[in-house]
Amino acid sequence: MVNRAGLESWVSGLGRLTLLLMEIGKSLFTQKFNWDGFMQQMHFIGVKSQSVVLITGAFTGMVLCAQTYFQFHKVHMDSATLAVVSVSMCSELGPVLTALMVAGRVGAAMAAELGTMKVTEQIDALRTLATHPVDYLVVPRLLATLVAMPLLTIEAVAIGIGSGYVLGVGLLGMDAAYSWAFVVKYTDVNEIYTGIIKATIFGLCIALIGCYKGLNCEGGAEGVGKSTTEAVVYSSITVLMSNFFLTLLLNRIFP
Amino acid sequence: MIETHELSKKFGSNVVLDKVSFSVPESQRLVIIGRSGTGKSVLLKHLIGLMEPDSGEVKVDGEKITGLEERELLRVRSKFGMLFQSAALFDSLSVAENVGFVLQREGKLSAAEQKEKISEALEMVELAGTEEKKPSELSGGMRKRVGLARAIIYRPEIIVYDEPTTGLDPIVSDSIDKLILRVNEQLKATTIVVTHDMRTVKTVAQRVMMLKKGHIYVDTTPDELFSSQDPVVHQFVNGIADAKNIEFEP
Ligand SMILES: Nc1ncnc2c1ncn2[C@@H]1O[C@H](COP(=O)(O)OP(=O)(O)O)[C@@H](O)[C@H]1O
Ligand SMILES: [Mg+2]
Repeated sequence: MVNRAGLESWVSGLGRLTLLLMEIGKSLFTQKFNWDGFMQQMHFIGVKSQSVVLITGAFTGMVLCAQTYFQFHKVHMDSATLAVVSVSMCSELGPVLTALMVAGRVGAAMAAELGTMKVTEQIDALRTLATHPVDYLVVPRLLATLVAMPLLTIEAVAIGIGSGYVLGVGLLGMDAAYSWAFVVKYTDVNEIYTGIIKATIFGLCIALIGCYKGLNCEGGAEGVGKSTTEAVVYSSITVLMSNFFLTLLLNRIFP
Repeated sequence: MIETHELSKKFGSNVVLDKVSFSVPESQRLVIIGRSGTGKSVLLKHLIGLMEPDSGEVKVDGEKITGLEERELLRVRSKFGMLFQSAALFDSLSVAENVGFVLQREGKLSAAEQKEKISEALEMVELAGTEEKKPSELSGGMRKRVGLARAIIYRPEIIVYDEPTTGLDPIVSDSIDKLILRVNEQLKATTIVVTHDMRTVKTVAQRVMMLKKGHIYVDTTPDELFSSQDPVVHQFVNGIADAKNIEFEP
């Protein structure tokens, strides 16, 4: 049986999330933009995620290359290995894994920071100083994530294919020229678009859920902990689930 | 001028405000006293529109603010300055950035003018030279004074102080009390102070209200408060605990 209170809180949560999104839209078009906040967030999200994204991209690319090679080698298709790596990195693994790492790092930080501000009355202080928390806190975070996510994803994909290439050609003895020719042949530009569109949408989900969980945090340090955990869990689940539907949808748009 | 009409608020089953009505005329200094947890902070947050009442309304300068949406409220709130009980400084910003927050957001003054106003405000609260410090480097009393500087720097019409002297040493407390007086006189600002500190009541109050169990228990002048024969008032003013609170079980 469906728990009525649980369902109600879920629906009202969805409603408030929509209101937050509308408030963000309104703020974008009517309010002065907080450039300082945006630049700080770009630094935090873009620059400080480098190591995480590099490691994720490199190891995913290499393991994918190795596993594909082991199977393809049996049927003498060694030189098609890297094309598989490239296609899966571009449209699926690159955006999804980058989004999961960013959700863990950035979504959690947003929920924790805004949540702490909420429970220590800093959000109330902001409102008292005639500043809307959405203008000052949410919009810069959201836009910075929207800009950073596609860039980080492209980076992870490039590093993934690059390290797959190095592993395959350098260690597993794949043919460099053929491998590369197949990568170029089978990696459609649509795969790249798909990846970038996905990354942008994932960025939106991560920032929105992180900020929402922070702004609606209640109950001291315990509440901040709970909000942070929920932000990571919900945004990760949202990324994984929406990825499936986006794959179906984008496949229609870019056949 | 602030008016409340039958303001009621409860959290779950905890009734905090029960049909509270009063009005504060322009430039009056009202002090609100009451035991911890009687809802003084909650009342202040209603006055400034940070909380929505369950029923009843608040009017500021004749304008009903209850039910206004947040962006409308922002406009009303620029009339207010508030010192939070916890100071509520932005801990990612320096002292100067905290104090000059509104000036920086408005962007009307040049950087040099802002800087000058900030150091003036910090001098008023006896914290000159702390501009570059972070809130986490300050003591509780210093944070409160930074919060005070932040609340008065933009010369609001109405200033609300939530326990301005709690946790401060007696000398600083006295200077804060005097500062509240001076700001009230200079800016003709309507002043509402929540406190437990009877010295603040003596120094600041023109009028005293005592909250008890969601109601206004007394609304009077300081002289009458201190000479009151009412047992509850007498007990509070002189700080006498009930005998049952002191005993413990063997
Ligand atoms: N956001 C809130 N959620 C639930 N209960 C609250 C909230 N804020 C205050 N309360 C409750 O309201 C009562 C009054 O609190 P408060 O106004 O802070 O008291 P004080 O008079 O000491 O300032 C307390 O019982 C407190 O637990
Ligand atoms: Mg209080």
